[in-house]
Order: sequence, then structure tokens, then C-alpha cells
Amino acid sequence: MYLAGLSVVQGVVQQVVSGLATGGVYASLALALVLIYRSMEALNFAQGEMAMFSTFIAWALITVVHLNYYLAFAITIAISLVGGVVIERVVIRPVEKAPPLTVVLVTLGLFFVVNGTAGLIWGYVIKPFPPAPGFSQTAVSAGGVSLGVQDLFLIAVTVLLLIVLYLFFQYTKIGLGMRSAALYPETSRLLGVRTSWMLALGWGLAAAVGAVSGILIAPIEFLDPNLMQPVLLYAFAAAVLGGIENPVGAVAGGFIVGILLALTGTYVPGARDLRLAFGLVIIVAVLIVRPGGLLGRAHVVRV
Amino acid sequence: MALLELTDVQAAYGSVRALHGVSLTVPEGAVVALLGANGAGKTTTLRAISGTVRKTGGNVLFDGRVINTRSPEDVARMGIAHVPEGRGTLAQLTVWENLRMGAYVRRDGPAVKEDFERVVGYFPWIGRRRDQVAVTLSGGEQQMLAIARALMLRPRVMLLDEPSLGLAPLVVQDIYRIIETINREQGTTILLVEQNARTALHAAQHAYVIEVGRIAVEGPSDDLARNEAVRRSYLGY
Repeated sequence: MYLAGLSVVQGVVQQVVSGLATGGVYASLALALVLIYRSMEALNFAQGEMAMFSTFIAWALITVVHLNYYLAFAITIAISLVGGVVIERVVIRPVEKAPPLTVVLVTLGLFFVVNGTAGLIWGYVIKPFPPAPGFSQTAVSAGGVSLGVQDLFLIAVTVLLLIVLYLFFQYTKIGLGMRSAALYPETSRLLGVRTSWMLALGWGLAAAVGAVSGILIAPIEFLDPNLMQPVLLYAFAAAVLGGIENPVGAVAGGFIVGILLALTGTYVPGARDLRLAFGLVIIVAVLIVRPGGLLGRAHVVRV
Repeated sequence: MALLELTDVQAAYGSVRALHGVSLTVPEGAVVALLGANGAGKTTTLRAISGTVRKTGGNVLFDGRVINTRSPEDVARMGIAHVPEGRGTLAQLTVWENLRMGAYVRRDGPAVKEDFERVVGYFPWIGRRRDQVAVTLSGGEQQMLAIARALMLRPRVMLLDEPSLGLAPLVVQDIYRIIETINREQGTTILLVEQNARTALHAAQHAYVIEVGRIAVEGPSDDLARNEAVRRSYLGY
């Protein structure tokens, strides 16, 4: 009886850790969504596809160019940053001042363009993506719970990402300028801030952050042009759960969604097949019960 | 020498014309007041200078150069600090971050540091409350912060839009004392928009009265203040 109880606890802890790992992937993409939402109040439906495209670039650098995994990781981040800026300048800038719904529709168009382009270049046959070298594929055992070393890598990268972004926005001049431009565009322009470029930079950062999520999930899921579609849904759920304007909330939301999916997948019969629906359930539930999310504040609009 | 000059400036919000031809001159180092009733076009005149409203005619000259088509961010980078109506407080940022944003376009780090110290000299409370979020400040403090933030640009001209609006008389006195000090010590040229004519005339050397998008009267502040007809028909005191 005692033993059985302990193994249940161990099982739950194990699921929580593996949920945290995949949750990190949702968290990163949710973070990317939040970065853009904060500056234009629009959800970027193409965020997942942009991340998928970045992941293909990383894949090409590693398997075709034979670069070192971490070097390829860094180069991919840089390319994604530039790519995000270019996408904003070319596709989003014409609708920058349009209502958010227009922007959302444009991102929806972007979704199909990026997806199709990736298919055109790399095809639809799934490809294995290498895991991070230096972190063994085995598990370490702690207190009777076995933890995947790769899982710990995923969690660490996500937390590191959040810390880097926090330091950037809090302590650099350009980070401060981006916050100011997003919150107070008119006053910021009077202070000399080129707000339109700040927006482009926001897209660049979002693309870079999204790339991290793609590179992290690819070894688990295999790489193909539809890699990020379920991830995007969970990232939406994570962002809504955490508060769509709150980066810390988005990361917390990502981890929570990851844990919930892992636990229900293990202990609720049939839940694994209904995973995607579960993401939607979270979104709807949050919007009904607490529209501002866990860490956000509800917007009161006088009509 | 005129640092800032408007000649026959017209401006419109969409199809609604707000300025029908405003001409005014702000000499270097002066404090000039632009007075008038609500809706006369005072704020629009400042916005025409900073590029935040569409100009439909006339010229804005800064230091002899036409700046009609410049974007607001370029106008700021040229050294024109616009403290907008409602103070433009960056409400969710801290007091210190507001000041850092004021110096956003500057590249001269050591001089920026000196200016931080100078600004804290003008407003000692800022030094003590630098980590406070700006939204929690009182109206008077927010106005002072807006002026302090504008100073961080080390501007040649400061455009102040109703610095006395909604403030208690004693606070207004404080703020005007600082405006005059800044003008005297930094040599900053100031164009001041006010409904509170008496206070503004006291601070300014020269004043314009705007009425329905046109300049109705202008002259040295003392003359306007002494002229009973002007006072009664335009200034309301």
C-alpha cells in the first residue's frame, strides 16, 4: 500500500517534469505571441509557421552544411531576427495603422505563404532533427523519479530565454524604447523614438524567440512543414492563460499547459486523442472565467 | 533672431480645419505665450510644430530651416521638446525610466549623466522617488516629470501645453518658477500654451492671442496685461 502510494507520486512527478519540458516549448512560442501582441494588439497566426521555417533553416545548417549544433542554433536565431524584421517591413508595415483584425488577417495569409514555401523548399517528408548534443538521451534518477536530461535542457533554455528577454527589456536603452513605443506610441514619437522600427524589431525578436521553440520541439516531434501547428494552439492557450500582454504569464501559462497535457494524457483515458481540443478548452475556459488571464488585467471598455 | 517661426500655418484634422493661418515668431532665448479659449487652436499650433497634425499650408521654420514635412521623431531629434496636452506621462514606467526616455535620442552619455543631476537639482523629489511607477504620481508631480523629461533632451525649444491645467495654485506657482529658471539658467527657448492668461503673461516676454484658428492680438506681455480691452475681450480677467 505504501509502495503503491509512493509510485503514484513518483509517476505524477515524472509527468510534471516531462510536462514542464514540452511546456517550455509552448512557453517560448507564447512569449513570441505576447511580444507582438503587446505592440499591435494582434495575434500573429503565422508565428508557428515562422518558427517552423527557422527550424528548417537550423536543420539545413546542421545536416546539410554540417555545422555544430550550437553554432547552427545561434545562426538560426540571428537569421530569424533579421527575417522577422524583414517580414514586418514588407508585409505588416502597409497595415501597421489598420485595425488589429486587418493585421490578424494578414498574418493568416502569411501562415499559408510560409507553410507553402517551406513545403516547396524542403518537401513534406518528415525529417529527424538532432537533439542537443552534450545532453545525453538517458535519464537521471532522483528520488526514484527518472528525469530525461533532454527535458532538463528544454526547461533550462526556456527559463534562460525569459531571463535574457527580461534583462533586455529592463536594462537596455533599446528595450526601454520598445516598451515605451508599444505602450505609448504618440508620446514616444515626441521623444524621438522611431516607433515603426521598434515594431519591426519586435517582430524580429518574436521570430527569434519562436525559432527557439521550433528547435526545441523538433527532436521530439520530427520535422515537417506542419510541425508547429499544434504547438501554436497550445501557445495560444498558454498566452491567454497567463495574460496575453504579460511575458511572465505566458511562460507560466506554457508550463501549466504542458503539465496539464502530460497529466491528462497519462491519467485520463482517451485524453491523448483529444489533446488539441484540450488546448481549445483551456482558451475558452480562461476567456469565460478570467478573461485577463492569471497575471493580466481585464480590459474594461466603455461602449 | 527667430529660432522658431510660423508663417500662415494652416492645419486640419481630417476635413475639419483647425488653423486658418497662424503666424508667430519665437526669438532665441525667449519665453513666448500663446493664449486663447478652449478650441481656439492653441494645442493644434504646437502639434503643427512637432508634426503631429497634418499641415495644409504655410511654413514652420526652425533655426532658419523649413521643417514642414518632418516626422515627430525627427522634430524631436532636431531639439524641439514637446510636452503634450495631458503631459504624456509614460504611466507604467518608473520615474527614472521616464527620464531615460527623455534622453533617448542622445548619444553623449557623460553629458546625459550631468543632466540627470541637474534635473534632480530642479526637482529634488525625483531623486528620492526614481523607482516609483509614474502613474502613482500626483498631477503636479506628473507635470514636473514631463518638464524634467523634456529637459533631458537638452532641447533648444520647449513646447509646453497648458502646464497649469488641473493643478492647485501653489503647484502652478512652483511649476512656473521652474519654467522661468530653466529659461534663465539653460537659455532654453520656451513656447507656452495657456488658458491661464495671467500666469502665462507674467512668465512670458511676448504673447499671442489665438481665436478660432487665427492670431487675434499680439504684443509684449506687459502691454497685453495692461490693456483693459484686450484683457476683457480675449483673456477673461
